[in-house]
Amino acid sequence: MELDPRGQRFAAALTTVVITLVLVTGSGWLALAQAVVFAVAAWNPRRGPYSLIFRAVILPRLGPPAEREPAAPVRFAQLVGFTFLAVSALGYLSGVTAAGVVAAALGLLAAFLNAAFGLCLGCEAYILIRRLKYRNAESV
Amino acid sequence: MDPVGLVAVATVLVAGMVFGLWRRRHDGRLAGSAVKSQDQGMTDGVRLEPALLAKLGVEAAPVTLLQFSTAFCAPCRAVRRVSAEVAALLPGVRHVEVDAESHLDEVRELNIWRTPTLLILDAQGREIRRATGVPTKPHLIAALAELLPAQR
Repeated sequence: MELDPRGQRFAAALTTVVITLVLVTGSGWLALAQAVVFAVAAWNPRRGPYSLIFRAVILPRLGPPAEREPAAPVRFAQLVGFTFLAVSALGYLSGVTAAGVVAAALGLLAAFLNAAFGLCLGCEAYILIRRLKYRNAESV
Repeated sequence: MDPVGLVAVATVLVAGMVFGLWRRRHDGRLAGSAVKSQDQGMTDGVRLEPALLAKLGVEAAPVTLLQFSTAFCAPCRAVRRVSAEVAALLPGVRHVEVDAESHLDEVRELNIWRTPTLLILDAQGREIRRATGVPTKPHLIAALAELLPAQR
């Protein structure tokens, strides 16, 4: 599966707005909604709610993409986003607001860097995480 | 309105902006090898273990572009394209792409922390330059020109 990178940037921008609203309102339910959006996009990036909006509203005005990108990095990034927002929702809804704020802030940072600079932090850090896990496994 | 959340948003956006701009400036820069070797020579890159290079599939070549990638790495694709183009353009340049995840021992040995990382190796297996991120084609060609004087 290959994806339109402009659709991913659009989704990241929308995600940035939604997580900003989560932090400003302190709404655990909105965090949960964003976590669900991430989960759907991780399962299938083309079926992600923000991708559907992109294809319905933006794509007809842009025309076909100049190039496409592989889906694996995008799916991994969505999974990272899901983890942050799931923890955030859990934090807000269970009354541990500090956890909700910190997790949402991390999600916001990743989404903002993706939207503004096209950076995928989770993807870049993937080998770092594998390295650290590997070291731990070895030292046990 | 959550004042703590508001502060968090402002902090993240400022920090993200600074980091993003810094990264944009430094990404893909072909820096000299981080560690300088003791033995003297024309170039001062560190000589890598032949056994290590063999494990990574590096064969004898005047210059090797050794790329570390992962499956979850979108810019790895851009590095692959630039490296392959340069290898096709300049005789004596060989491009080798390695899946970092299946070579974690070597990844640790070579001090690789993120993908894509591109090492430029000379004929003796010395690391002359290293770039994390996507180097531009002209920069890569310029760095290689230093290593391939006979071609000019």
